[in-house]
Amino acid sequence: MSLPTSPRARMHGGITPPGNKQQSLRHPIRRLPLPPQLIVPVEQRGEPLPELLVSVGDRVEKGQCLARGRGERAVSSHAPAAGVVTDIGTQPLPDDQAGGLTCVTIATAPSTASTRCLPPLDPARCGSEILLQRLRDAGITGLGGAGFPTHTKVLAAIGRVETLIVNATECEPFITADAALLQERVDDVLRGASLLLQITGASRCLIGIQDDEPAAIASLQAALADARFQLCVLPARYPHGAEALLVHVLTGKEVLMGRPAIDYGVLCHNPATLHAVARAVLHGEPLISRVMTLTGAALRDPGNYDVLIGTPVATALQACGLDEWQHSRSLAGGPLLGVELQQATVPLTKTSNCILATTEAELPRPPPPQPCIRCGLCADVCPVRLLPQQLHWFSRSGELDKAAAHHLEDCIDCGACAYVCPSAIPLVQQFRLAKTRLAEQRIRQQQADLARERFEAHQARVANQQRLDEQRRHERAALLQRKQAEAAARAQAVNTVTPASTPSPQDVIAAALARVQARKAAKLAAAPTALPPEGEAPP
Amino acid sequence: MLSPLLLFCLALLAGALLACAAQPAEPQTPGLVEQIDTLLPQTQCGQCGHPGCKPYAAAIAEGAAINKCPPGGRQTIARLASLLNRAVVPLDPQHGAEGPRRVAFIREAECIGCTKCLQACPVDAIVGAAKLMHTVISAECTGCDLCVEPCPVDCIDLLPVPSPWQPVTVIESPARGSPLIGSERGRGLAT
Repeated sequence: MSLPTSPRARMHGGITPPGNKQQSLRHPIRRLPLPPQLIVPVEQRGEPLPELLVSVGDRVEKGQCLARGRGERAVSSHAPAAGVVTDIGTQPLPDDQAGGLTCVTIATAPSTASTRCLPPLDPARCGSEILLQRLRDAGITGLGGAGFPTHTKVLAAIGRVETLIVNATECEPFITADAALLQERVDDVLRGASLLLQITGASRCLIGIQDDEPAAIASLQAALADARFQLCVLPARYPHGAEALLVHVLTGKEVLMGRPAIDYGVLCHNPATLHAVARAVLHGEPLISRVMTLTGAALRDPGNYDVLIGTPVATALQACGLDEWQHSRSLAGGPLLGVELQQATVPLTKTSNCILATTEAELPRPPPPQPCIRCGLCADVCPVRLLPQQLHWFSRSGELDKAAAHHLEDCIDCGACAYVCPSAIPLVQQFRLAKTRLAEQRIRQQQADLARERFEAHQARVANQQRLDEQRRHERAALLQRKQAEAAARAQAVNTVTPASTPSPQDVIAAALARVQARKAAKLAAAPTALPPEGEAPP
Repeated sequence: MLSPLLLFCLALLAGALLACAAQPAEPQTPGLVEQIDTLLPQTQCGQCGHPGCKPYAAAIAEGAAINKCPPGGRQTIARLASLLNRAVVPLDPQHGAEGPRRVAFIREAECIGCTKCLQACPVDAIVGAAKLMHTVISAECTGCDLCVEPCPVDCIDLLPVPSPWQPVTVIESPARGSPLIGSERGRGLAT
């Protein structure tokens, strides 16, 4: 039992939307029935295609490795259940709009065989390389949302951090997956944290949690025995969970936008990731399932479920009793940051922590936007102290340079400004669009700079070539002139030796003709009976 | 005798110092032409009627119209207008229409290896040799169109490239006159 410490700093602004967390915390974590089909993503964004270890038609066991990553940051993927591989190809995913990623589709079959595991490791006897390799082999990526490979993040932090932060602040409404995990599996989470402390050499672990999750706090307090661990309870306020803000609130260090927290001596991880780390190292279990919140008024049985990676959204929602009549839309994530799912066939991935199947009454679509009245509420709630109303004008009129001067790129997309806007202006969507345009403009500018450089190099090359050609022509002309001059001089010299014997051209021609005539006559005289010379037609 | 000499020396020194100070300081900011050139898309396509982006930048600095650059389009016009403090004008249609970014693509089976496009490319983005197939380095192609005309077998196409960023849909404001009253919006009410 340890007493919670108080936060070191306060977050600027923020909002307190209704939590809506009770719906999904009524039951303990349950398991979904085995879905008939699993679509397992094996590719990672920005990484080369993985080395596939199975092909279509192969039988796979639960926990079998499907693909091994090729890149430095790539991790392995495993079969979440036994079955037969029916397809390997690009499939759309919930969290991205640009195309899809390579997925292995498995038609599952009930199997009694136990999960194929890696051998458990004893952390006391293993070096950090072996432990990191294990994280990679077990396919562990950040389960909080960004899906960054854990081994890369931990490797970068070795020897550079003194604090590990466990980000248990589920500040978005409806989501309780981490809270449920902390209530029921807190020991594994803390073991995972100890492992990361051991690997990175960090000296303490701060656990940040919000005061609207009393059961998880009680469970943590009961489990904490190690003096290196400190619990820090924050007032429930959105968006405490953003990494840079949480680091500021817990340690008092202000993280500059765009710089990783590791530069400030802090490594930040989600409890679900730590749980997966502990399972992978101590039990050899690959990451094939995760706890996620399936909630919303359209579900008869909302709650936290242990879901196999690759379960299609529609299958998962039906298993929770989806009321299709009431259902208006599904969001991957919470109501503030979530992405609306366009199709229900997409699979749940390692980064999905919540599916919100909502009704029109629970989460009405935003009304049409009205003009900005300059009330300034958005600036009051912005946690990174931007001026959303100013950015709104600039991004609306396409003045991206001015928007960039007002630090548009520091916006963390939290959506607090859009939440409080009395005119219902979709500010955060506008900012996202403006940011993509700005990034596009930056890329264009880089391309233009490259083109200018190449054009200038081309011009220089052409000019140099012309200069060389010109020089060569001059040299050739000079050489010709010199030769002519020499020839003339020689002729001059001959003339000066025998000046009197210079015949006129006509005389020379006449003499040559006479010589030819004489030779012909001599030939005819020498062989009068010979055959007619070749070239003449026979008579 | 000494003091006039000293005075003369002092005057000389002061004169030298003044001459140094009178030299205009090196301009720290790039010239106007360079600033304009930075905003131009550097396709070097010549659609503006100038033999490249830099000459057009020089012409703009001299007072030429800012709406003659189709590859730059609206955005370039807006940025030029704000730099030069001129009015934003629509693109002059006689110089071409704004379109998506394109890159040249050589149908390699048809290429005869004449090297004519190599010479035409302003940014050296085509590789190849005489009587050998040519191909385009698409990352460096500016889509200027200058290689299409000299090709004797017409095997070069300009293909649009998708934007590296997927557009995000934004809910647009409702059309003017749509029946909307603020008090009836019922925002946040479960009705």
